[in-house]
Amino acid sequence: MAKYMLIMRATDESLAKMMSTPFEEMLETVGRFNEELIRAGVLVAAEGLEDPAQGVVVDFGGETPVVTDGPYGETKELFGGFYLIDVASEEEAVQWARRMPASAGAKCEIRRVPTIDEFPQDNEWIIRERAWRERTGQL
Amino acid sequence: MPAAVDGPPRDESARRVVEAVWRMSSARIVGALARYTGDVDLAEEVAQEAVAQALVTWSRDGVPANPVGWLLTTARRRAIDGFRRRSALDERYALLAVPSADPSDDLPWDPDRIDDDVLALMFVACHPVLSPEARVALTLRAVGGLTSEEIARAFLVPVATVQARITRAKKTLGAARVPFALPPAEERRGRLGGVLSVLYVIFTEGSTATTGDSLLRPDLAYEAIRLARTLAALMPDEPEAHGLLALCELTAARFPARTGPDGEAVLLADQDRRRWDRSAIRRGLAALDRAAALGAAGLGPYGLQAAIAGCHAAAPSVPETDWEQIVLLYETLGRVAPSPVVELNRAVAVAMAQGPQQALAIVDDLVATDRLAGSHLLPGVRGELLGQLGRTAEARAELELAARLCRNARERAVLLRKAAALA
Repeated sequence: MAKYMLIMRATDESLAKMMSTPFEEMLETVGRFNEELIRAGVLVAAEGLEDPAQGVVVDFGGETPVVTDGPYGETKELFGGFYLIDVASEEEAVQWARRMPASAGAKCEIRRVPTIDEFPQDNEWIIRERAWRERTGQL
Repeated sequence: MPAAVDGPPRDESARRVVEAVWRMSSARIVGALARYTGDVDLAEEVAQEAVAQALVTWSRDGVPANPVGWLLTTARRRAIDGFRRRSALDERYALLAVPSADPSDDLPWDPDRIDDDVLALMFVACHPVLSPEARVALTLRAVGGLTSEEIARAFLVPVATVQARITRAKKTLGAARVPFALPPAEERRGRLGGVLSVLYVIFTEGSTATTGDSLLRPDLAYEAIRLARTLAALMPDEPEAHGLLALCELTAARFPARTGPDGEAVLLADQDRRRWDRSAIRRGLAALDRAAALGAAGLGPYGLQAAIAGCHAAAPSVPETDWEQIVLLYETLGRVAPSPVVELNRAVAVAMAQGPQQALAIVDDLVATDRLAGSHLLPGVRGELLGQLGRTAEARAELELAARLCRNARERAVLLRKAAALA
């Protein structure tokens, strides 16, 4: 089993479409998908983000970081939220992503999440992170 | 993974997609087809044919937009062909062979019925007319979507044996005219016990392999957990469904610490508890809470065993474990589901809570009543207790006896190591 993050990337087109969908209807569509993930026993975590316009951007382009109000630049594909799933293969992650109720124009990026076991276990900082993960049940 | 996948791959990526889709959806596909055909055997057969067809078609034309729907439609067409062939022989199929005029009939499946279909599939695969081995094999095959090869590998039996068990199971179901349906409400709870015990057998075989060189077969254990999660989701009001899930999660949480670098068994006392899977513990304790909240009359046998596993999961070390609580839980378990193995486990807990002398009395009683004859567990525990009491020669003899009776090479090595340490 391996963990994969399904990263939802919205575009202006998909956001407009989503805004025109009745809220109750959206809740139901997303809820059904979430329920499927739960029943299959693969869902680890999922979060969605606030409107990008509400975000704050810290830009490291200059000598000192510059803080500005969002949204994040001109990027057409904004990070909107994620699912973290524990599945048998990358292909299974892809198949789950395909079932995701996404509006036209949106994209979903799939990335494997390495486990802490893949880092050098004798590194002091990895040892500390491991301890934190053990304490908080995130191993 | 269906048998058809085992052939030379036409296209690696198509094969991977077919495998993933099958793993995610096989129970729903076979369940929907079984409802449609009324026949688990035929449903399974046409599902396998559809998978074989998918390997060819998808690698040629690409993966369809709705892979599950494609498999269902293809399988359904095969079923109709089958009906046509069989209708000449069997009137049962004559009606089904008539093509439906209703276009909505082409819908891949009825979302409101799919839960019942999967659940019915579980109940049929675990039907009491079947032998215990047949139930296990058919559940892994029809519900879990495993191939005969995978099942054979998991249980270390020849593929032909598994195939024969599945064939015989399907014949038995046909001969007994077992309908593809949920058991009537009044029988459901009683029959649930049968389903739970099949899942538990699968899990146990994966978590303490009875034979062979490796101690754990995690894939098999995780398969059981996957099925237990499905069952708990489909029967959310049944405390023991959650109890079994809790027991499996809490036991599996210890897997990462149970074997050493060379695959040797690491005893509970020596396990590095930091390696226990905290997420699994959290899921297990949550399932245990649900079982406790639902069970008006207290926890059932699976819930009680989960509660015992929960005591271990919560403890930082063996000496700091709440052994008094574990003794109480074993006493309750002994009343709810009396068994000599429970008695033996109670003895181990009593040894930790009160000392080896009190525990030896329980064990000697088991010996006197000859209720665990032939098991390596009894002399194993007795040897351990005698060792703690300083009766070294007797202890060594018991541990050596246990090693002779033990069929798992890894466990045997531990027993012999203990016996040698007493010398």
